[in-house]
Amino acid sequence: MYLFGDPETWLPLAFAGLLGASILIYVVLDGFDLGVGVLFPFAEPEEKDRMVASIGPFWDANETWLVLAIGILLVAFPTAHGTILTALYLPVAIMLIGLILRGVSFEFRVKAPAQYKKSWDNAFYIGSMMTSLSQGYMLGMYIMGLQVTAFTLAFSAITAVFLTVAYSFIGATWLILKTDGALQQKAVEWSKGGIWGLVLGLGAVSLASPWVSPRIFDKWFSIPEFFLLLPLPLMSGALIVLLWIALRRLPTSDDSFAWFPFAATIVLFILGFFGMAYSFYPFIVPEQLTIYEAASAPESLFIILIGTVFVLPMILGYTALAYTVFRGKATTLSYD
Amino acid sequence: MDTLILSRIQFGANISFHILFPTITIALGWVLLFFKLRFSRTGDQKWIEAYRFWVKVFALSFAMGVVSGITMSFQFGTNWPGFMESVGNIAGPLLAYEVMTAFFLEAVFLGIMLFGMSKVPSWLHTLSTFLVAFGTTMSAFWILVLNSWMHTPAGFEMRDGVAYATDWFAIIFNPSMPYRLVHMLLASGLTVAFLLAGLSAFRWLIGDRSNGMRATIKTGLTLGAVLIPLQILAGDFHGLNTLEHQPQKVAAMEGNWETGPNVPLVLFGIPNEETRSTDYEISIPNGASLILTHKADGIVPGLNDFVLEDGTVKHPPVAPVFYSFRIMVGVGMTMLLLSWSAVFFMARKRRGVEGLPKPLLYALVPMAFSGWVATLAGWYTTEIGRQPWLVQGVLTTEAAVADVPAPLVASTLIAYLTIYAALLFAYIGVLFYLARKAAKGEPIKPRLPVSKEAPVTVAAE
Repeated sequence: MYLFGDPETWLPLAFAGLLGASILIYVVLDGFDLGVGVLFPFAEPEEKDRMVASIGPFWDANETWLVLAIGILLVAFPTAHGTILTALYLPVAIMLIGLILRGVSFEFRVKAPAQYKKSWDNAFYIGSMMTSLSQGYMLGMYIMGLQVTAFTLAFSAITAVFLTVAYSFIGATWLILKTDGALQQKAVEWSKGGIWGLVLGLGAVSLASPWVSPRIFDKWFSIPEFFLLLPLPLMSGALIVLLWIALRRLPTSDDSFAWFPFAATIVLFILGFFGMAYSFYPFIVPEQLTIYEAASAPESLFIILIGTVFVLPMILGYTALAYTVFRGKATTLSYD
Repeated sequence: MDTLILSRIQFGANISFHILFPTITIALGWVLLFFKLRFSRTGDQKWIEAYRFWVKVFALSFAMGVVSGITMSFQFGTNWPGFMESVGNIAGPLLAYEVMTAFFLEAVFLGIMLFGMSKVPSWLHTLSTFLVAFGTTMSAFWILVLNSWMHTPAGFEMRDGVAYATDWFAIIFNPSMPYRLVHMLLASGLTVAFLLAGLSAFRWLIGDRSNGMRATIKTGLTLGAVLIPLQILAGDFHGLNTLEHQPQKVAAMEGNWETGPNVPLVLFGIPNEETRSTDYEISIPNGASLILTHKADGIVPGLNDFVLEDGTVKHPPVAPVFYSFRIMVGVGMTMLLLSWSAVFFMARKRRGVEGLPKPLLYALVPMAFSGWVATLAGWYTTEIGRQPWLVQGVLTTEAAVADVPAPLVASTLIAYLTIYAALLFAYIGVLFYLARKAAKGEPIKPRLPVSKEAPVTVAAE
């Protein structure tokens, strides 16, 4: 346990890193699944089948990152887990019901009698919306330090909308990558419509966090931190400009650069996430509880870490295998 | 109703809904592997027919299990924060190992298992089927380790009200774990056996005579006939283990109030906690003593030993444990009767499925979900039988509950119950719909339409 000095210091930090990585991977991966669901009402029935086909083999594993994230929070920072989840009781319940609806609709829409397919499509859309909106709401509440006032509620309502639009954006860029023909063109249009949500969402979070917390303000706007951190907003700005240019030229005749919007959006999500992580460190419950105060006993953390070191590369390996097997354009989904 | 009882009902409802689906997927994964291996070995189409039908049931059940399982991982925090704060150092790593070694394995390879048959080599598809089955079983292993530890905690010490692990081997192989694990895995096997048999009997009765259906009903009935005696034996051993570690639970199961020798086996009765006796008792003399101690005058613990001087009750509520136990045993006996007579009729003159009498086939259809009834009844017996403890002797349920306003718990409970009822209705409906469709000989693979349009080329601006 004394590999890197005092285990009371490095173990909580390592687990905060793992927690952050799981949340980030979840937001990117289930973000595009949920986004596809959010875009459902805009598509024709045949297009809906292809949209589902593009995420069908992956959504289950994508959702597992949420289980891992909540598991790490539960396991490594039990007091924070209790505080955060009891404070977010209602939005968590709404998200869970959304996840249930979304998850089962995948299966029911193709297995139930044909006359019910439309109802399950609606359930899929409603479930995706409930999940996205409640996650955005929770993000807002978290940034506001889990305090309930008229202002924090209003802010959380705004982040709920922006995160949903941001999910629909990454979902649309995924469809640009995974589909062709008229649906791909539609996806480009959807992306053009959704990019504002991403920009405004990133902007709102970036401005609000230093504004509500003087501590976060000092972390960003003092010298030399300001200059060291400058590449973060500059890179985000450059990526958004590139995305805008790319979306005006896609789809190309030979389908080149179809991957670009999706890849660029992932990088944007990562940059935004690092900005937030930097702002909130070392707190896990904003301004109340640090990762060091909330961490479990080092003995327990260490035994989990041993497993993680061996298992996480395997998980990443076979996840890569699955994405390789189902690479290319999504057209059909059958049990052959 | 207060927050405690509402939270208990909510968690009970969620975990009851959840367990229905892993109970199917744990064993169905291995049955699918069996179908796939038989096909690879013999090349007989009937095995792949059976695989194609049941992989759809698997996919649907898996999705139901995943989404209801996520709900529970959140409810530890939203409803039971005291649980993780007190025993998180033990429960945490066990849950973490479940997610890492099992959950990801199943979820990732499920994609290849369901949709990859034509995209990957056959061996990789078989391997994926194996890994999914293995993953579901590993999930069950870790969860049952944790659950058993809550019944028979071992390998830890308490410091300032918080449990710290001292011996991980003792924690994992805690006294009731092997019994509970075997009992649950066999329960899963039996649930699937009767699901296979029940849905296939339904297909037979509406006129299906396909080879895939015949292969399935034989597999189901044989599996049921083999597993049920093993389960009765495993259940008996589990009961003896419970007698050693949680005598108050066994006392409630038997409806026995006073500790003593020559305790009868109560077949039926109405336990009355007011008068502390069982009304309208029908019993076999010395039965309970014989089963639990293998001696007619063996001492069986009674519930009155678990009431403190000041009147505090330290034993579980008697009636729910007493009734659930009888429902579980009753379903088990019905399973024994039906599966053995079915195997007898199939073997007689080697007539196979044709040898099954019609009333037996009709009886098998409702038995399709008998495994669910027995599994739930069994879990209610053991979990209600643990009350008032959450972790036996360490943490009471009351001490772990979150301080959430009761109306909030009540409203989310109603939302959950509504959606669970609707989904259960849809699930059972779709299973019979798929069976009817397969019986009519319609293509059983749901094909999504292939896009006919060629990629549209757009001239560069």
